[in-house]
Amino acid sequence: MKLAFNIAKRFLLSAKKQTIVIILGIAVGVSVQVFIGSLISGLQKDLVDTTIGSQSQITLANDESNQYIDDYTNIIANINDNQSNIKSITPTITTSGQLSINEDNENIVFRGFEFSSANEIYKIEEKLVENSTMPNSSNEILLGLNLKETLDLKINDKVYYNDNNPSAKSNVELTVVGFVDFKVLDLNSSWVVSNLETTQDILNIQTTETLNVEMQLKDVFEAANTRDSILLTLNQSNIEAVTWIEKNEDLLAGLEGQSISSLMIQIFVIISVVLGISSVLAITVLQKSKQLGILKAMGIKDCGASKIFLFEGFILGLFGAIMGILLGISLLFVFSTFATTSDGSPVVPLDINPSFIALSALIALTASTLAALSPAIKSSKLSVIEVIRNG
Amino acid sequence: MDNILELKNIDKIYGVNTKNPYQALSNINLIFKKNSFNSIIGQSGSGKSTLLNIIGTLDSPTKGEVIFNNQDISKYTKDELAIFRNKSIGFIFQFHYLLPEFSAIENVLMPYKISNSKVNQDIINRAHELLEIVGLEKYKNQLANNLSGGQQQRVAIARSLINSPNIVLADEPTGNLDSDSTEAVYNLLREINKNNNTSFIIITHDRKIAEKTDRIIELKDGEVYTDIEK
Repeated sequence: MKLAFNIAKRFLLSAKKQTIVIILGIAVGVSVQVFIGSLISGLQKDLVDTTIGSQSQITLANDESNQYIDDYTNIIANINDNQSNIKSITPTITTSGQLSINEDNENIVFRGFEFSSANEIYKIEEKLVENSTMPNSSNEILLGLNLKETLDLKINDKVYYNDNNPSAKSNVELTVVGFVDFKVLDLNSSWVVSNLETTQDILNIQTTETLNVEMQLKDVFEAANTRDSILLTLNQSNIEAVTWIEKNEDLLAGLEGQSISSLMIQIFVIISVVLGISSVLAITVLQKSKQLGILKAMGIKDCGASKIFLFEGFILGLFGAIMGILLGISLLFVFSTFATTSDGSPVVPLDINPSFIALSALIALTASTLAALSPAIKSSKLSVIEVIRNG
Repeated sequence: MDNILELKNIDKIYGVNTKNPYQALSNINLIFKKNSFNSIIGQSGSGKSTLLNIIGTLDSPTKGEVIFNNQDISKYTKDELAIFRNKSIGFIFQFHYLLPEFSAIENVLMPYKISNSKVNQDIINRAHELLEIVGLEKYKNQLANNLSGGQQQRVAIARSLINSPNIVLADEPTGNLDSDSTEAVYNLLREINKNNNTSFIIITHDRKIAEKTDRIIELKDGEVYTDIEK
């Protein structure tokens, strides 16, 4: 084993230029893999983040419309205790009505949040525009930025709200404490946000009741499994759960398409690396046939001769992978430093995942060793007498 | 004296299944004694190298038996033959066949390393001793390619002896050397034969050299033409 490794090392060192070219070939393959993989993964995360990053990914509701979920704190506790894929969870109430000030009326969506946990999903606090504050007592509200202009409002103005629900309180006086830029026109023109208690009070419902329980997930692609597991552990027949996937089938198809294209690129890169190494090593077997012949004459077994080439593949793969990772990370660095938007952020945010990089290196290493298999078999079949006879 | 090697009814035919098979060896029967110093002569194409390759188990006979130390090695598997070659036979080829990627001493140690994972101080000392015997101690760390033809051949001789083989097979070991080097190499082989109790079978086309050996076997057209023992 050690001898085969040493011979492999010497064979590679004796043809330095050839060895460097093969290592460079593998390195380019690995770096492309690392770069493309990180780019596509970054693109996906960015797409997921911008599309479903600020919304609920699993939403629980009562299966009868307009009915509320009772005892939601227990449900949240149950989910937190039993599910590992939950990133954040919050009760929310959504209703609709008219907001009025002076003579102006506007149809709006009224949302009640428990801000401490809802901020993790909706990031409302981050989206406050200047001088706005978060509501910290009852009947305080935040408005979407466009409503500020539509209703000509400013902070500390009093507005009146009438809910569409007939059992709700009417003409509730609310105080504007700020405006939120949701970065989505629809939300900016329609959302009014208050705390959960204010909303429960307006709708005349119990403080233990909520309309929805919304969740964000650590792995969004596991949404369906997580939903099933939640429903199973809750075991309440009147609760239904909807995932983001059911609401965004096209998005999922797009993301899956991206994953498949990324995989295809990586497979083709691996194939080209394997073919490259295999063909170069096949030539090396011919170049070194004299040495193999003499080693066999001296008593090296066929499997020992094969090991020399397997080790050659392994060594080439190892150095190719190390160099490829360095090259790939440099490429990522250059890309994220120079390909930037006007505000200095990268055009495409890269997702540098150490385990993906390690996996790419491992694949290159395995592929290089396997690529050496055919030359190794060839060397084991090499006949000593042919080599001796032909000089 | 005991026998080291016995060839019984050896035939070698190339291209058995072709239209024009070629009989390289025909009914060879030879016995070699332990510690003997033999030469095989003959013209080009007489079958000398074929015979040596069969003795060295690098090639197999079409018919016949090769008995080495009373064991029929014709029946060995490929791996058994590899072990046998490593332990029992030393090869010296006309074209030296050193590994150019390794130094002189590494080449000498190579047959030992093939069968032993660890190189101990005793064997390193032996390699130094062998290089000293062939007069190359000061070139031990030179890469094989940086040595002259004569020096490479002497490294090959040291290498053939590292595992203390029962027999050394040499195919035109001085074919590429000038007359002074030729003389020196033969004297060296003879000395090793006497001091180490190693048998030698040497192929040569040089009658003068052959006459210095204890037994001259002449092949002609694949058959033993003369067999003279002194």
